[in-house]
Amino acid sequence: MDFFLEVLIGGLLAGVMYSLVAIGFVLIYKASGVFNFAQGAMVLFAALTFVSLGERGVPFWIAFLVTLGTMLLLALAVERLVLRPLVNRAPITLFMATLGLAYITEGAAQALWGAQVHGLDLGIEDVPLDLGGLLVSQFDLFAAGMAATLVLLLSVLFNKTRIGLSLRAVADDTLAAQAVGIRLSRIWVVVWAVAGLVALITGLLWGARLGVQFSLSLVVLKALPVLIIGGFSSVGGAIVGGLIVGASEKLAEIYAGPLIGSGIENWFPYVLAMLFLLARPTGLFGERSIDRV
Amino acid sequence: MFYSEAGQFSTRYAADRRLFRLRRDRLGLGLLLVFAFAVVPQIGNDYWFSAILTPFLVLSLAGLGLNLLTGYAGQLSLGSAAFMAAGAFATYNFQLRIEGLPLLASFALGGVVAALLSLVFGLPSLRIKGFYLIVSTLAAQFLVPWALVKYGWFSNYNASGVISAPRLDVLGLDLSSPAGRYLLTLGIVVALAFLARNIVRSELGRNWMAVRDMDTAAAVIGIPLARTKLLAFAISGFYLGVAGALWAFTYLGTVEPHGFDLNRSFQVLFIIIIGGMGSILGNFLGAAFIVLFPLLLSNLAGLLLGGLIDPGQLENIQKMIFGALIIVFLIREPEGLARLWQQFRARLRRWPLRY
Repeated sequence: MDFFLEVLIGGLLAGVMYSLVAIGFVLIYKASGVFNFAQGAMVLFAALTFVSLGERGVPFWIAFLVTLGTMLLLALAVERLVLRPLVNRAPITLFMATLGLAYITEGAAQALWGAQVHGLDLGIEDVPLDLGGLLVSQFDLFAAGMAATLVLLLSVLFNKTRIGLSLRAVADDTLAAQAVGIRLSRIWVVVWAVAGLVALITGLLWGARLGVQFSLSLVVLKALPVLIIGGFSSVGGAIVGGLIVGASEKLAEIYAGPLIGSGIENWFPYVLAMLFLLARPTGLFGERSIDRV
Repeated sequence: MFYSEAGQFSTRYAADRRLFRLRRDRLGLGLLLVFAFAVVPQIGNDYWFSAILTPFLVLSLAGLGLNLLTGYAGQLSLGSAAFMAAGAFATYNFQLRIEGLPLLASFALGGVVAALLSLVFGLPSLRIKGFYLIVSTLAAQFLVPWALVKYGWFSNYNASGVISAPRLDVLGLDLSSPAGRYLLTLGIVVALAFLARNIVRSELGRNWMAVRDMDTAAAVIGIPLARTKLLAFAISGFYLGVAGALWAFTYLGTVEPHGFDLNRSFQVLFIIIIGGMGSILGNFLGAAFIVLFPLLLSNLAGLLLGGLIDPGQLENIQKMIFGALIIVFLIREPEGLARLWQQFRARLRRWPLRY
């Protein structure tokens, strides 16, 4: 029983890391209806920039701010060069544009900073803590704390500020939002910049865990089933989805793995997400869309 | 002046319904086919056959498969490579386990297996649409290579899951030389492309386009959504399966499951974006672009910079250029190279006059 609980808690905490990636998606999807495949590439780009600055002797906070500035520039460029010319196009077109964006960002990150693996030390030791007989990773707890803080900050931003109000207005009805004078282009920059911040934090946490390298951009593939289960347009859903995916993936690997062969972690979340979809086509917290002919 | 319809009247309905209505189109296509079947094998060399022409043809076929699903029926898929893998491994097993099965029959059976698999992963499309569907195709993308590696039976218990080509002969003709493999590929691709061109003009093709444009509206006017979508998945799966088998056996010779990873799916997707969604010709243009562009770029870099840039860096730059090209195409010419060709034709038609 203890072993089961340990696996479960380990899985839940790993799920928090997935949720972090998923939140970046949800932000952009909510405000612009774009399914941003480049989020993973942004994670890689942010983490690589931060680590490479650090290796050149730039202090932590300055490197953090410089990277944040870079992500802001990226957001500005994306809005001006990609989103604005593609306004009013089909969502599928925008999705494919973000595929192109992912290629550019990945290429740029590796062309600028090289393809070797960088270590990243956030000063948190990855030693297990003993909580009432259960062993829990200290690092995972820290990551969970970070995620909780981030979600708290984001919900304050969404619910209590003027910018947040316009973000929600745009998400609700783009045309109506424009009609009352909300500047769409500015909203997009803000959203992409916030997604950049989320990407940076995700990159730091994942990078400290796995090393900063190309495979970071593949976390996007981990986040997809999370999104599907939680629904594309709900931050809370992203968290719950992450927890479900993390826990079930670990449990499946331990208990079902020996039966059908190991290494099922890669596809199990997708199959789980498919089953969820068959029961609830818009995810747990997604908004049901109504088609008008 | 060229492609003018003047003087070409349809006197019977059959004439109006031909695949290529203009005499110049038929003539041009006929000449192109004669050139590809009779002249190219004489003048080409092994490098051209095995490094450029064969992969170009196979990728065109793969693009065609995805285009039927995404470009015509509007169902986005990121799992093309999984169905290619299924086709390749199924063909291998049919050849291995059924004594004396003709090569073409095992290609077809491999395609059928891929079609069935595609049908299974297409089932969720009945209940979900849009981006949510990506998950189903991605599930295929991760599940299929995993199963191929995990269960040794698929690769006849090869330690690393590698399969190699059977003897390539059709009706007693040995086609294992580079030129022979090119001809085999060309024959299959041309036949399937003609079939596809016919399918998209049929009732089924029109139903696909209606579903793509708005599936609720299509359902309202009485198009059977389930059948239409599932047929799109199955037929697309068949094309991808045959393309996978050709990729494994006429292009590479030996292949492992990881040869069909997510990047291959993206490559096929890029072919149809660059070539043109909802177009048969576009797949060929897009595949030519995808095959030739990296060659051109590396030759150009070698020529201009003379080894100043190391290959890793070149790959990154290539990636960035590809990404930028995708975005430029989506912004400037969402209908791809096929649309540019149409515009060129329209211009030729009134050349040398102007409006």
